[in-house]
Amino acid sequence: MTRYSAFAIAREAFRQHKGWDRAWESPEPRKSYDVIIVGGGGHGLATAYHLGKNHGITNVAVLEKGWLGGGNTGRNTTIIRSNYLQDPSAALYEKSRSLYETMSQDLNYNVMFSPRGVMMLAQTEHEVRGYKRTAHANALQGVTTEWIDAKRVKELCPIMNIDGPRYPVLGALWQARAGTARHDAVAWGYARACSAMGMHIIQKCEVTGITSQDGRVTGVTTNRGDIGCKKMGIVVAGHSGALAEMAGFRLPIESVALQALVSEPIKPCMDVVVMANTVHGYMSQSDKGEMVIGGGTDGYNNYTQRGSFHHIEETVRALVETFPMISRLKMLRQWGGVVDVTGDRSPILSKTPLDGCFINCGWGTGGFKATPGSGWAMAELMAKGHSPLTDAFGLERFREGRFIDESVAAGVAH
Amino acid sequence: MLTLQCPYCGVQCDETELTAGGEAHLTRHGPGSDADTFEQYLFLRENPRGVHFERWRHSHGCGKWFHAARSTTTLRVFGTYKAQTTEPPQQIRDAISAVHPGWSWRNFGETA
Repeated sequence: MTRYSAFAIAREAFRQHKGWDRAWESPEPRKSYDVIIVGGGGHGLATAYHLGKNHGITNVAVLEKGWLGGGNTGRNTTIIRSNYLQDPSAALYEKSRSLYETMSQDLNYNVMFSPRGVMMLAQTEHEVRGYKRTAHANALQGVTTEWIDAKRVKELCPIMNIDGPRYPVLGALWQARAGTARHDAVAWGYARACSAMGMHIIQKCEVTGITSQDGRVTGVTTNRGDIGCKKMGIVVAGHSGALAEMAGFRLPIESVALQALVSEPIKPCMDVVVMANTVHGYMSQSDKGEMVIGGGTDGYNNYTQRGSFHHIEETVRALVETFPMISRLKMLRQWGGVVDVTGDRSPILSKTPLDGCFINCGWGTGGFKATPGSGWAMAELMAKGHSPLTDAFGLERFREGRFIDESVAAGVAH
Repeated sequence: MLTLQCPYCGVQCDETELTAGGEAHLTRHGPGSDADTFEQYLFLRENPRGVHFERWRHSHGCGKWFHAARSTTTLRVFGTYKAQTTEPPQQIRDAISAVHPGWSWRNFGETA
């Protein structure tokens, strides 16, 4: 792997840029691997990366049915934050956020992490109380957030109308080291680092069945032949239900569509991320100048990667009141992703009833921010059999009533 | 936009008139049931890629609950039927079989 650096750019400039390698290899699958990761999105690649980097396991294949990062990794609104209420979530998301801080250096790949600050607006008295509570909880968890008043909100984001008749801004929960990152680059950076460790990244390889013997996973059948493994990680987000069915267990998950849209590019006007949960909308400005807007989920199961238009209408209607200047903006693109939502809105990182098979799913509407932390924790779980970060996120928590209720922090906006 | 016909009032409702109510034909277990049964009832859900049965409420209309059979991959609706039933009626099953031969959903299927 050629190291990316300012020197490398200068060197290549002198030889017509002919020396750049492909960022990752596309090998033919081997007969078997120590570990197979099903799903080549951010979480799957991060899991593979940390298996190699933290635990020295490099005989790994990542199987992806489409192309890398073609699912929700490339469909989210790239927000990174860790201001969750419950201790297990705060630990996992804060681990993740802290890994983002040094990710570009660790991967030698610019993921454009921009800790520009995230504010979650309180627009009702209930939200004021809820967010003050979260700020106190975060203080105890060691996550730096603060409650700010409406005046400070206006200073941080001057384009906002804080006196709206229906949704006045009463204050906000502010996390200064939260922000955004380039989502495709996260997947590509991990893929490049995995490939450099000798791992196989196999695209257009769809898993069609899971084989097992005496209750232990032995491999997968795919459209590119059978591949054996000693351990397997299922990291496929919206399609977890289908994979779990192959492995012979059910999940407390339903897959629904979540939508987002971007406007035409405009000059820089907003250097923070604003989330407004009361009106189910959130907005930030990308480096290209587009306003990136996320909306709510549909209420019914859907695998089509497109959602209902009336949700877009609701989101935009509410945002226009909060940001009057966007009323004349044209919208460029709108898209949907299939998100896997659990009953308590927290993810599942767990062993499964099938020995050697682990699952990482249920991130619902907020998986992107958790990519590195999820990979770190999942790798530890797969290598050692348990991880302090994943202990609370087991499949059995539903049966035992130990929910990690994040429906307030994660219910809609991400 | 999803459109369903309310089987009570016969109105073609667009989805803004409706509230989605989740998986249909759940057995509602009561006190005294064991942990497995409660887990099945409260948390574990069918999440099929394809044929799905669900509950809907005509909330901005007659207000009644009904059932719908729908594909989650194409959004095609195979029909709606009244809530006072524990399994999908034959005509709904036939409509599904015409498009998805050999389908099954939990313990319902083409041959059931």
